[in-house]
Amino acid sequence: MRNPTVQTHRLPVRISHWLMALSILIMIGSGWRIYNASPIFPFRFPLWATLGGDVGASLALHGDPGVATAIAWHLAGLWLLLVSFLSFLLWGLFSGHFRRDFLPISAGAFLRDFVAALRLRLEHRLGEYNAVQKVFYWGALAAVLMMALSGIAIWKPVQTYPLELMFGGFQGARLVHFLGMTAIVAFLMVHLSLVALVPSTLVAMVIGHFGHRATPAGASPGDEGSKAR
Amino acid sequence: MIIERRNLLQRGLSLGALTLLTGCDLSDNDAVQSVLARFSEWNDRVQAALFSGGRLAPTFPESMAVKDFRYNAWYPRDKAPKLDPADYRLLLSGKIADKRPWTVEALYALPQETQITRHVCVEGWSMIGKWTGTPLSTFLERIGADTTARYVGFECADGYYEGIDMPTALHPQTLMAFKLADEILPREHGFPFKLRIPTKLGFKNPKFITTIYVTDKQPRGYWSDRGYNWFSGI
Repeated sequence: MRNPTVQTHRLPVRISHWLMALSILIMIGSGWRIYNASPIFPFRFPLWATLGGDVGASLALHGDPGVATAIAWHLAGLWLLLVSFLSFLLWGLFSGHFRRDFLPISAGAFLRDFVAALRLRLEHRLGEYNAVQKVFYWGALAAVLMMALSGIAIWKPVQTYPLELMFGGFQGARLVHFLGMTAIVAFLMVHLSLVALVPSTLVAMVIGHFGHRATPAGASPGDEGSKAR
Repeated sequence: MIIERRNLLQRGLSLGALTLLTGCDLSDNDAVQSVLARFSEWNDRVQAALFSGGRLAPTFPESMAVKDFRYNAWYPRDKAPKLDPADYRLLLSGKIADKRPWTVEALYALPQETQITRHVCVEGWSMIGKWTGTPLSTFLERIGADTTARYVGFECADGYYEGIDMPTALHPQTLMAFKLADEILPREHGFPFKLRIPTKLGFKNPKFITTIYVTDKQPRGYWSDRGYNWFSGI
């Protein structure tokens, strides 16, 4: 057993984490711009939150509503995401990272931690994952996988034809792709809020470790007060 | 409206950190554009490898075919070219043995078949239509085209231009479509004919075609010149 107040991340985890982070930002930003070209719901994403270049310039130059570059980002970002996600997955499975940190999850523990989280009484301790977090990480991994499958169905609806039927057809695949994005954005919001509450986790994800000995007060603002949530 | 959007974009953050790093929209940076273009070329190769000449696009029951098919172009419907069937000639060039031009009458006398397939737009909408026409492969054979060449290119009466890879040109569902929903192709849909390729995105289906050429040099495409992916297979 390691000391639960120490957070360590091996180098392969850190590299794949940050590459995934970058590629997911690219995928979301460009995906929102692509969505805007033919919205599923009666709203569009604000342009400033999307990726794909200057719409005015694009329209003026060649009558393109700024979607071309967004698609180019999306179909380039997917390779970065593919490589980083597979590295993360393979490392997590074979190094024991997933087994050690994301398992076991029992229904009882999940319920207990979930209720605690709702009452804002859940501890977020460095180097230790509670049941809600474990479920969240598995959920995020599953959402990315779902995005990959629905994305393939949208990109290649003919070459992978029966695949789209799993999602209820081509437009169904677009809807699933949208819902998967929503789940990932929701995950990111929780993920980033927790990082804001316990900033030392960010340090650990950058330099690889945090808190090998008792840290002086003030040096780790989030660490001490992590129970406050 | 456009100016307002542009200001908004300049003031706003394009994905926060990304923009803050450079102080401008990364997307419009030449280096970024060139990296994206490299990826797009890589995606062309991946798609060509994924494409199977024998795999058919799904076909649908006639009840699902739309009668009033969506008009889509960068200019309004009433600006669509109005080609006179008496004057029209389809010109042929490049690696083709018999380059005599074709009249509408001669084209419409070619053997035809009907398919009910789905048009998928790069923007995300899709629509099922009933198309009738001659497989492009039949026509290429008639005119003695060199089908060992790599590409077939198209020039259109509205200034549009497109090109496709030979495997797609020879795909059994790639049609020179003369009819839509059992009617002679309406003017705005590309009279006298359009190319109907159910294995490509909609913009790879040129309308008002006036020239077909066969070549080994990758033809440019109207929208791929504007940043869209060239192969754009589906």
